[in-house]
Amino acid sequence: MSTPVTAIEVPELTASEAFQQALAVAAKHADDVDRTGRFPSEAIDALRSAGAFGWGVPREYGGADAQINALADATLELSRRCAATGMIFAMHQIQIASIVRHQAESTWFRNYLRRVVHERRLIASATSEVGVGGDMRRSIAAIERIPNSPGDLVRFEKKASTISYGAHADDLLTTVRCSPTADPSDQVLILTDFAEMEAEPTGEWDTLGMRGTCSPGFVVRATCPADQILPVPFAVIAAETMVPFSHILWAHVWLGISTEAFGRAQNFVRGQARQNPGTTPPSALRLSELSVRMAEFRALAQGATQEYLSLAQEERRPTLSTIGYAVRINNLKIAASEMTVETCQSALRICGFAGYGNAGPYSVCRHLRDAYSAALMIANDRLHATNAALLLVYREGK
Amino acid sequence: MLPSTQSQATERQNKDKIRQIVKDHAGLGLALENVSDSTDLYRAGMTSYASVALMIALENEFELEFPDAMLSRSVFESIDSIASAIESLQGV
Repeated sequence: MSTPVTAIEVPELTASEAFQQALAVAAKHADDVDRTGRFPSEAIDALRSAGAFGWGVPREYGGADAQINALADATLELSRRCAATGMIFAMHQIQIASIVRHQAESTWFRNYLRRVVHERRLIASATSEVGVGGDMRRSIAAIERIPNSPGDLVRFEKKASTISYGAHADDLLTTVRCSPTADPSDQVLILTDFAEMEAEPTGEWDTLGMRGTCSPGFVVRATCPADQILPVPFAVIAAETMVPFSHILWAHVWLGISTEAFGRAQNFVRGQARQNPGTTPPSALRLSELSVRMAEFRALAQGATQEYLSLAQEERRPTLSTIGYAVRINNLKIAASEMTVETCQSALRICGFAGYGNAGPYSVCRHLRDAYSAALMIANDRLHATNAALLLVYREGK
Repeated sequence: MLPSTQSQATERQNKDKIRQIVKDHAGLGLALENVSDSTDLYRAGMTSYASVALMIALENEFELEFPDAMLSRSVFESIDSIASAIESLQGV
């Protein structure tokens, strides 16, 4: 399978001293971030210093032109240390990709991409909304044009059910209907600067896991020039970029969580083996079983990444909008979100009470709690319902 | 009948059938008389669920199967685009 030539090779970004430093910082603060449910500011600052927020931006705007495989790799490594940090990095890169691939030569967005790199801006997103039942592809909030305003101003107000790191980001990418009379599915994306809008949190984020993503609900209100609306319908952006990017990068967050849990289980088994040299501890068999599951998990995530890389090229891009691809990319999300819980549970059974304790080198508590969020982010039942409908026309293997 | 007029007649017949199926299955937010052959059905309120129902009804009516490469938004976005997809499958 051919892959596009990237301007900067993967290891250059992830092997850079600054990124390695960010990994160490993420690992150091992960337990505190989780325990206190706070934003991983040290790790995010380290990523900002490493210039990682601009990695997905093309070279012509000063970025590193990193493709999804490099971003997936970085997401996995971060998530091994701190899944909240990995998820924030992933979500930011999803917003960047949505802008890069659909800005359609817009002057405003091209300048914005330069600013992302130079000002090291962090982007959050508001794609959920109170009242649409978790369906990202429908909006109640709508863009309203302000007649005769200087610079063709528009305004909107949205009750977002969740905005991850909303209180810590510089900008917000929001789904809204393209006009007050538009159908709920006739959506666009609008980018606004938090410094120039109102954003009131509507609840608290005190959750089982993924506590550091700090993702409460918000009411957001903004007035801005119409130039800040991405010039392509959200339906296209979702199919070609936002959904596949999300499912692939999220899968790498979860793979990172499971990789770390596996590593801890392996260390535990090795410790047992050292106590009785010459005998293989019974838990080693469980570890072997788990390593099969991990191989499946990695293959699943890597396969989806490679397929997207090959389809992201201009001439193959229409395939991304087919029902077949929609089914496959939903399958990835469902499978990866189930595998991460199963593998963390297996790691827990191997480590026993050493894994059940919140502290210590064999603890997999945080990993298991973080993993449980996976099935809920775009609920698996919703994806099953979608695929159930799509499979009425799509013939697998044809 | 000359071949060109024959194919024009088939095209008209196809579009009338498609129009009826769109009316029955696309779940549009506006009356069908406001839908032209080039109206974007998705922008007019067709959900992805409704588009699946539309595809199944089209396959039944025209006794054909859409291959995977054709099961995409761009093919089902208007009566015109559906008609040309069906024509290409019918080999007209």
